[in-house]
Amino acid sequence: MLFFVEVVISGLTAGVMYALVALGFVLIFKASGVFNFAQGVLALFAGLTLHGLLTGTVPFVHTVNPAWAMPAWLAILTTIAIMILLAIVWERLVLANLVNQEHIILFMATLGLAYVLEGAGDIIWGSDVKVLDLGLPQGASDYFLDTFNLYVEKLELFAAATAGVLVVVLALFFNKTRIGRALRAVADDHQAALSVGISLRTIWVIVWSVAGIVALVAGIMWGAKSGIQFSLSLIALKALPVLILGGFTSIPGAIVGGLIIGVGEKIAEVYMGPYVGGAIENWFAYMLALVFLLFRPQGLFGEKIIERV
Amino acid sequence: MTMDQAIHERESQMEVAAAPSPPPILAVNNIEVIYDHVILVLKGVSLEVPKGGIVALLGANGAGKTTTLKAISNLLSAERGEVTKGSILFEGHEVQASSPDDLVRRGCIQVMEGRHCFEHLTIEENLLTGAYTRRDGAAAIRRDLEMVYGYFPRLKERRSALAGYTSGGEQQMCAIGRALMSRPKMMLLDEPSMGLAPQLVAEIFEIVARLNEEQGVSVLLAEQNTNAALKLARYGYILENGRIVLDGTAEELRENEDVREFYLGISSGDRRSFRDVKHYKRRKRWLA
Repeated sequence: MLFFVEVVISGLTAGVMYALVALGFVLIFKASGVFNFAQGVLALFAGLTLHGLLTGTVPFVHTVNPAWAMPAWLAILTTIAIMILLAIVWERLVLANLVNQEHIILFMATLGLAYVLEGAGDIIWGSDVKVLDLGLPQGASDYFLDTFNLYVEKLELFAAATAGVLVVVLALFFNKTRIGRALRAVADDHQAALSVGISLRTIWVIVWSVAGIVALVAGIMWGAKSGIQFSLSLIALKALPVLILGGFTSIPGAIVGGLIIGVGEKIAEVYMGPYVGGAIENWFAYMLALVFLLFRPQGLFGEKIIERV
Repeated sequence: MTMDQAIHERESQMEVAAAPSPPPILAVNNIEVIYDHVILVLKGVSLEVPKGGIVALLGANGAGKTTTLKAISNLLSAERGEVTKGSILFEGHEVQASSPDDLVRRGCIQVMEGRHCFEHLTIEENLLTGAYTRRDGAAAIRRDLEMVYGYFPRLKERRSALAGYTSGGEQQMCAIGRALMSRPKMMLLDEPSMGLAPQLVAEIFEIVARLNEEQGVSVLLAEQNTNAALKLARYGYILENGRIVLDGTAEELRENEDVREFYLGISSGDRRSFRDVKHYKRRKRWLA
């Protein structure tokens, strides 16, 4: 029994990590109806930037001050500023020229962004695995070890708490604020949003900035867990089944979807794996997503597909 | 008060105040619109809306009504359309260079054809998006929300329903109410009667008349429903193939034989022959 609980917990914590990436997708999808293929790379890029700023490996920095390093808080703030700047540049250069285009065209643009960012990250920061040391709690939680005799990583608890806070903040932002309402309006109908005086360009900058910040959070968590490495961009693919389960438009859905996928694949791996030779973890999520597509295409919490007759 | 009475009353008020004509709130001077750099849609359209007036823009499908409205509200650029000639003046200022949100802030808002409510937002949230450009505080916006509910009691009943699940009439009311939330000086209404039962059309037009009277909103109304539109409006323009072919007061247009025949479907006396249609076409060319 204890073993089962441990499996579930490790699944839940993995799920939180997926959910953090999935959140970024949901944001962009909610506001523009576009699947942002670059979300994983965005997390990678944010992580790399943060690491670079922390350790002073910024290109050309040696010409100014060779022994340069930033305190963690300043590095995080600077990275946030860079993500916002990135959103502005991206909107100016690409999105502004693609107003009123088909969703698939915007999707292709994000695919391009993914490659550009990945390449840029590689050139600027190098492709080796980087250890991100922000002083986040590490090691096993004593509380869980003493009281329940369970092994739970402190970092994972921290990630879960962060995800929880993020969801509450984002839910309030989307449902209670003027800008949040405008974001949802834009997602529903670009033209009508324009007609009531919502500036699409401002909205896009905002939503990509928020997605960039969420990506930074995901990058920090993944970086602290397994180092910042280029395979991070592939986690984006794991976020896809998470989204199909939770619903592309639901912020709580991203979390619940992430948890279900995380737990599901761990349980499947541990208990079914031995019968089929293992490695279930790699495809279990996709199979689950397929089942959902057949029976509930909008996901668990997705917006109802409104069809009037 | 019935709609006709309301209109009569307004007309008599107009006569009293008609003496010095104030500058128009909107003036469109001979504009030409081209889509995709090649498709010429408007070939010189001019019209004027007096301050506090209701003007109808009439015409068949594809005549260019929607394009005219979108040219005014600057929504054309999102559809790769472009005003290539002429000028549009709102309150005496050229507006071609300003963005749609700029225009909304200045007080000119369009209610698009086909309602275009935000389906996944509730009715109340829809109305609140209309106040997006406003900076005068939550209290003022609350007050206006109640004002909109006053005009459209039905929206108040459905305030927490998702707009996508409400009826066509309710959506049209929602779209007009949403525009009203921006405190407009001028509303561009694009086919508010589309797909609605005659009774609902009458109800909505009556509310538009009241808005015009009580809130002082000037209205440019693009309509195919000539009959209803000419009851509401005081002045009308008839648009055909991207050209204004006729204009006049609502009275004149209602009495005009061609309008009666081709837009109102009332023929005077005997059934007319095809020759008259040709006569009309000739006349039209001459007018344009």
